Amino acid sequence: MLPEQRGTEPAPIVNGYTDLAADVLAHAKACGATEADIVVADGETLSVQVRVGTVDRLTKAREKRLGLRVFIGKRSATTSTSDFSRESLEQLVADTCTLARAVVEDGVSGLPDAAQLATEQPSLDLYDETVLDTETQIDWAKRGEAAAFAADPRVTNSEGAEFDSSSGRVVLANSHGFVGSYKSSTFSLSVSPIAIESGAGTMQRDMWYEVQRKFARLASAESIGQEAARRAVRRLGARKVATKRVPVVFDQETAGSLLAHLCSAISGYGLYKRASFLLDKLGQTIASDLMTLYDDGRMVGGLGSRPFDGEGLTTRKNTIVERGVLKSYLLDTYSGKKLGLPSTGKASRSVGESPSVGPTNFYLVPGLKSPQEIIGPVREGLYVTELIGFGINMVTGDYSRGACGFWIENGELAYPVEEITIAGNLKQMFKNIEVVGNDLVFRGRIASPTLKISEMMVAGN
Amino acid sequence: MLEPVQLTQFGVTELEAQHALDRLNVRDVDYADLYFESRISESVSMEEGIVKRAAKSVSQGVGVRATAGEKTGFAYSDELTKKDLEIAADTARYIANSPRGDSPVPVPIQRRATRDLYPVERTRAEVPTADRVTLLNEIDAEARRYDPRIKNVMASFNTEYKVVAVATTDGALVGDIQPLSRLQITCIAEDRDNRQVGSFGGGGRVEFEYYREDNRHLSYAREAAREAILNLSAVDAPAGVMPVVLAGGWPGILLHEAIGHGLEADFNRKKTSAFSNLIGKRVASAVCTIVDDGTLPFRRGSLNMDDEGTPTSCTMLIEKGILRRYITDKLNARLMGIPLTGNGRRESYQSVVLPRMTNTFMLAGESDPQDIIRSVKKGLYAVSFGGGQVDITNGKFVFSASEAYLIEDGRITSPVKGATLIGNGPEILTKVSMVAHDLKLDNGIGTCGKDGQSVPVGVGLPTIKIDEITVGGTQG
Repeated sequence: MLPEQRGTEPAPIVNGYTDLAADVLAHAKACGATEADIVVADGETLSVQVRVGTVDRLTKAREKRLGLRVFIGKRSATTSTSDFSRESLEQLVADTCTLARAVVEDGVSGLPDAAQLATEQPSLDLYDETVLDTETQIDWAKRGEAAAFAADPRVTNSEGAEFDSSSGRVVLANSHGFVGSYKSSTFSLSVSPIAIESGAGTMQRDMWYEVQRKFARLASAESIGQEAARRAVRRLGARKVATKRVPVVFDQETAGSLLAHLCSAISGYGLYKRASFLLDKLGQTIASDLMTLYDDGRMVGGLGSRPFDGEGLTTRKNTIVERGVLKSYLLDTYSGKKLGLPSTGKASRSVGESPSVGPTNFYLVPGLKSPQEIIGPVREGLYVTELIGFGINMVTGDYSRGACGFWIENGELAYPVEEITIAGNLKQMFKNIEVVGNDLVFRGRIASPTLKISEMMVAGN
Repeated sequence: MLEPVQLTQFGVTELEAQHALDRLNVRDVDYADLYFESRISESVSMEEGIVKRAAKSVSQGVGVRATAGEKTGFAYSDELTKKDLEIAADTARYIANSPRGDSPVPVPIQRRATRDLYPVERTRAEVPTADRVTLLNEIDAEARRYDPRIKNVMASFNTEYKVVAVATTDGALVGDIQPLSRLQITCIAEDRDNRQVGSFGGGGRVEFEYYREDNRHLSYAREAAREAILNLSAVDAPAGVMPVVLAGGWPGILLHEAIGHGLEADFNRKKTSAFSNLIGKRVASAVCTIVDDGTLPFRRGSLNMDDEGTPTSCTMLIEKGILRRYITDKLNARLMGIPLTGNGRRESYQSVVLPRMTNTFMLAGESDPQDIIRSVKKGLYAVSFGGGQVDITNGKFVFSASEAYLIEDGRITSPVKGATLIGNGPEILTKVSMVAHDLKLDNGIGTCGKDGQSVPVGVGLPTIKIDEITVGGTQG
């Protein structure tokens, strides 16, 4: 079934939100706000879940939300509501100003300077007009799951397959006169099969997924289902291993989680609160010289791209780490001022919360070796494919997580392993990265090729 | 007894709700409900000695759901317009394969009252923001007074005031007011190059005064400071299999991860849980009896009724080591033909109902906590934990210690750095050899995530001894 094309865009709504934002900002000023900004977001979602060949759940939704932040001198507060009636918004403005008056002055608080705000808002190709009907989404999910069942006779159960499509728009406006807006969409399919070992009857689950801003760019449902099945089946027969110190190879997904920890450690908020293991390291070596990392807010079609950041500043491509040397933190205006540095355009914003910082499209520049070439020289080690738990201490860098994967013997994946942990300290782990793979693929806002760390403690039997 | 919550506060009349239900109740729909929710969340937070942030959010909406066989049709909206109800009804019809012309069956609904496990003033008394600011200021001062090496104190106080009403095709109209609050404190201690973190918190379905009773807020501050200072002298954690003694209270997160999720009915109906088909079988040693109890007054995990309007209950999950019950919502209880336990929960009107835990804990045993410690030659004593996680299908679970000590020759010795513990759900409780008489419930900080939905929960545990579990430290 072919997707319908959406007709003329309801542009008046954007204008409506722009006018609404201007009204609320004017009202805030009248209530005593010296500065203010406002975020309005709305969206539509259709989600289909299929399990063992039949529709399990169908979800349809429309939502909208407005967030307001006011400053009264150096005091500030934030609020949000889903009720856009005049009466409700007037109450919201009054409540916000009352709250702001109740907190303590914070010397560095405030909007960014007007001169820093984005003046151009390029189209980053974040929006797809395609509207999928329910039948099409059900068909995709069914085909994904069916492909997993067909791929291997040991796939005999399933947690289901889910196809989601969503689209929405964001409007940001502030009392300096900035008004920005953009639309975005995502289409995603995930398949979660369960494989059962015939003799022992033990079960293993895994999943595979893809997310794209454009429907046409999604891989086939069949290829996603087959990969999900391959991942579940290969875990059958997993066992524990003896406790020992060995080299550890992280696949793309788990390597990405290490980069996510690095993002937290160089977030301006963690740094000024002295709650990071990478304090005062700008310009210093924090990682192996194989590591060069960028954060690019303007990657065309990127899952983390946006034309302006959560405060209205121009998004950009920053060099975060260059050959192991830390070149830039992730900063917004506030955390930058606390550290005596300018914003790096990394403000992220949830409606109704004050800005925080986050990566846009954060990635590690790939090396030359394939995953096979990385595993090949390892005599004994661990290839990690999944990590669970929250044993990460951002203040000290201490790291201890549950892991699943494969034991490497003489350069081969010998057998699957589970119920083990890997432990170390992130400060040392980044320095001990010995090989960076050539297999960088963007599957989310943080992307990494395969990585090898020279040695970590694996705890098992 | 609470008066039933009035639908009019959601801008809906009883008749309109009735019509909406009628519209949903087409042939082949087994069950449908409307869930109205309004929520006001407020927070104040401090850091660097300044209460610099205050936030408030208001949301209101309706979730409309119909189930037919295993299928669920769900729609939600922040507006209750005719169009939204039509979309919802169409979604429901779609999953029930009901033709468009099919005529709905009228549903008579009756108001029902609920219990009152967390009485709140009917007209909500506003706590002035200034009082919350004072509370946080006192916490900051207390933590810094505890030890000059405390260099930063981050504290936040969050409250939520939620009003819900559920109208169902099984004929009920029932409402509840669900207050919830939480105070959370994190301290950073610094001694030259050594920086460590400690945290503590608590709360429940309680009002602001709770935190000031006996200066509870100050005792939280001292606990957070104590943990940070203690960690300054922590040594590397050991790696490998060893006996572990868990202290009472929050370490009950073990039960939540290792067995609780695995006993949620949805996973067992779909036979994707490592606990599928184990009812009546031994899954724990005879000293273990575990319940899920949503009826404890003022507790974070408690509810007068679940989000389908079913009164919560105390469910025996494991009795003297034998698996007795799964926890259920209406859909899974009906499909499996097992009792309804009142565990159908949702994060908000924007999420579907899932079987979820409330307060999950192990009943007290007979051992003396000191005897338990003395029985261990070399092992770990874990007092506090961060989060945990479980893989339902293979049963492997983890939870991470944030305060732990070595046990050497029956004595508690050095504090050790945090480490993750990993085990197998259906197996781990068979290794519990001693259960003390000191059952403690946690302080009210737990939030459980499932399918992207967060709900408040509680856990509890007496001091217990696990004969062996893998400890994921760095020292071999």
